[in-house]
Amino acid sequence: MISEQLVDLSRLQFAATAMYHFLFVPLTLGMVWILVIMESAYVMTGKPVYKDMTRFWGKLFGINFALGVTTGITLEFQFGTNWAYYSHYVGDIFGAPLAIEGLMAFFLVSSFIGLFFFGWDRLSRKQHLLVTILMAVGTNFSALWILIANGWMQNPVGAEFSYETMRMELVDFWAVMLNPIAQAKFVHTVSAGYATGAMFVLSISSWYLLKGRDVEFAKRSFRIAAAFGFASVCSVIVLGDESGYTVGEAQQTKLAAMEGMWETEPAPAGFTLVAIPDEAGMKNDFAVHIPWVMGIIGTRSLDKEIPGIKDILARNRERVVTGIEAVRLLDQLRKGQTDDATKAAFEAVKADLGFGLLLKKYVVSMDDVTPELIDRATRDTMPRVTPMFWTFRLMVALGFFMLVVFGLSLWHSVKGDFASRRLLLRVALWSLPMPWIASEMGWFVAEYGRQPWTIYGVLPTHLSVSTLTVESLYGSLAGFVGFYTLLLVVEMYLMVKFARQGPGSLGTGRYMNEAVHA
Amino acid sequence: MIFDYPTLKLIWWLLVGVLLVGFAIMDGHDMGVGTLLPFVGKNDEERRVVINTVGPHWDGNQVWFITAGGAIFAAWPLVYATAFSGFYWAMLAVLWALFFRPVGFDYRSKINNPTWRSTWDWGLFIGGAVPPLIFGVAFGNLLQGVPFHFDDNLASYYTGSFWGLLNPFALLVGVVSTAMITFHGAIYLAHRTEGEIQRRSTRAALIFGVLMLAGFTAAGVWIANGNFGYAISSVIDPAALPNPLSKTVVQQSGAWLDNYRNTPATMIVPALAYLGGLLALVLVARGRTLSAFVASSIAIIGVIGTAGVSMFPFVMPSSTLPSASLTVWDSVSSHRTLGIMFWATLIFMPLIIVYTSWAYKVMAGKVTLAYIRENEHSAY
Repeated sequence: MISEQLVDLSRLQFAATAMYHFLFVPLTLGMVWILVIMESAYVMTGKPVYKDMTRFWGKLFGINFALGVTTGITLEFQFGTNWAYYSHYVGDIFGAPLAIEGLMAFFLVSSFIGLFFFGWDRLSRKQHLLVTILMAVGTNFSALWILIANGWMQNPVGAEFSYETMRMELVDFWAVMLNPIAQAKFVHTVSAGYATGAMFVLSISSWYLLKGRDVEFAKRSFRIAAAFGFASVCSVIVLGDESGYTVGEAQQTKLAAMEGMWETEPAPAGFTLVAIPDEAGMKNDFAVHIPWVMGIIGTRSLDKEIPGIKDILARNRERVVTGIEAVRLLDQLRKGQTDDATKAAFEAVKADLGFGLLLKKYVVSMDDVTPELIDRATRDTMPRVTPMFWTFRLMVALGFFMLVVFGLSLWHSVKGDFASRRLLLRVALWSLPMPWIASEMGWFVAEYGRQPWTIYGVLPTHLSVSTLTVESLYGSLAGFVGFYTLLLVVEMYLMVKFARQGPGSLGTGRYMNEAVHA
Repeated sequence: MIFDYPTLKLIWWLLVGVLLVGFAIMDGHDMGVGTLLPFVGKNDEERRVVINTVGPHWDGNQVWFITAGGAIFAAWPLVYATAFSGFYWAMLAVLWALFFRPVGFDYRSKINNPTWRSTWDWGLFIGGAVPPLIFGVAFGNLLQGVPFHFDDNLASYYTGSFWGLLNPFALLVGVVSTAMITFHGAIYLAHRTEGEIQRRSTRAALIFGVLMLAGFTAAGVWIANGNFGYAISSVIDPAALPNPLSKTVVQQSGAWLDNYRNTPATMIVPALAYLGGLLALVLVARGRTLSAFVASSIAIIGVIGTAGVSMFPFVMPSSTLPSASLTVWDSVSSHRTLGIMFWATLIFMPLIIVYTSWAYKVMAGKVTLAYIRENEHSAY
């Protein structure tokens, strides 16, 4: 039996390293398009200030990108090092998008980033712009393939279990690629990245304006960030809503937990604005409802019901019971009893195999299962409601707050008086951390909300881990925490240093705080 | 699908080999440069010259490694799962060593402080020297067999320790690997620099080239005379659905030479290691650095290819339960996935080679002290 401590530590390590990686990815995704916009302006107008903008923001982009690369390799390793059974069980499907990401996207970004930084004097203006665009396209393709892989974990389409190879096998690659969960996630996630890049440029430009430094440079940067940020945050919200809809279709447990919906309400269900969920009593102690809204978001209709937690659990209990039968039959097949009757019986119940595997957390053999354990396994199919409910609301609130910040910034850019609106500039400055907090909350809702599964409905998390010792996990976790803390300190130091110094760090002679290091 | 399952399994053995060799040739020369950095660059400006020979390219080259990892995951999921979790601490050591590269390259010259810069220089040294050493040690262990087994549901259990990996034979292979990568990096450095740095690099190339060939020979003699090798003792059907528990395997001294005995043409692979290595030594000594780089690339094909051909069809033999050994026939993905991944590789690999070549062409020429002084604020 796999110890629970091993599973918890493996999860903690994955969560910590993935969330850490996700501090750098959104900024990369957004900044790269802002660089494309700035450099396009340079190529079209020939004004050196746009080249300086591309190079200065590019410098900050580079500092961030270095850690994105560093922490990304960890994730590519970690499926194998810490989630070996997962890697075996679903590698046939899950490995392909990761490998294609490397071939199609990551090679592109990484090969052109060198030319972006070092090719200014060796490429024509148009060639250099092409390099920047290819870098941007590459980062987005990269996100696409990673989210196709992640989308498959959420909604495992196009694959089937094979008892001969004891794993999931690919049946329809197009279904995996065009998975609606993956597509909605992709646009939602990259848009969140765009908003992050825009907020970064907006906030730092606001700071220059508040200090009255490099005003022309800062004003131009602010305008680009405001326009790009507003478009992006609109896309985040619309696609967030689309994600909500696709989740409602594919993962009822996640939606119900996010919304704290214990009971199935008559359609269209109301939206619970705030509540204090009571996990043990399976009810909300206090709640403020807005009628109809949830039904419309979740089902795009006025007459379809959204199942509440209690109803979902009742149905899942039946699936656990069928799953026990599936595990038993699988054992017989693996032991060589492969007559047609056994195969047919297994085929009939194999859709619920994953639910039977949930019991492996408690027993080795299905003969030892008790009704009480079936209840526990059933209860396990719901993630905890309180963290889901509140992180989701925090994310949404931050999204709408950013909509206001970008909206006002854009409005005053169009009017042309933003540089003297000190309150707006201050709000923009202090909004800097918001997109990061929102992104991490979004990551949490998506991945914590998938529990108790690594592959939703197919493979329980506790079966997915490598058979390592708990001591190894403590050691590696300590190593990651140590390295990552050190790297973050170094990165923040450089980022703050160059952001404070401003475009003078380019050493062009056109700005304040000219570079002194030499 | 145009290829049947056994053919695709074989193609994927070759493609994994291509990706590993591509990694060793491309990322390898960057790592060799990192290893040599503190020794061939005697002061800050010289070190900046050394770093900027690979500055625009190391990032793209590192993707060979990431893609090789992804391709092994996709094509050989059981190998990915068993090797990465079994070699847990070795893998983490590689990973943590690699951490020093992106930040070392990008952050080093952003602050003008001798301690800061020298710290990152040694970071780049670790990022350059540790991965080839550990990969060599890992190959050394694969050649001896690794202590792992599976349960009935194909969960893998590794029963060795990290320190057990560091046995004399594995360390010898680690030395061969590090010498090979440093040799290759030194030749690249000689090609891209001039004056003193070029002279020091050439000398390093001569030392590490000889070390590589001597170590390779020693490892070969050890394999031929020691207790090495596994052989499949049952019938294995290459077309069967992959199941590593359906065959029997015996440990058999000398079995790693069977492929050369049965198919003498395969002897060309170890011959390439010698041919490429000797040619590279002669050429770099004569200052023909670009040709020498091609020759050392051929040597890399020969050295890595020798490990692959000797073990074929084994990929990861088990020393504690030989019948659970992973082979190219029974540790692979489904027919469909292998097919899709074959086409993806066939489409994208040529594109990658084209734009990588273009990037090198754009940045071609010697990196000089004058270049560093002119690009004070933008060069690494």
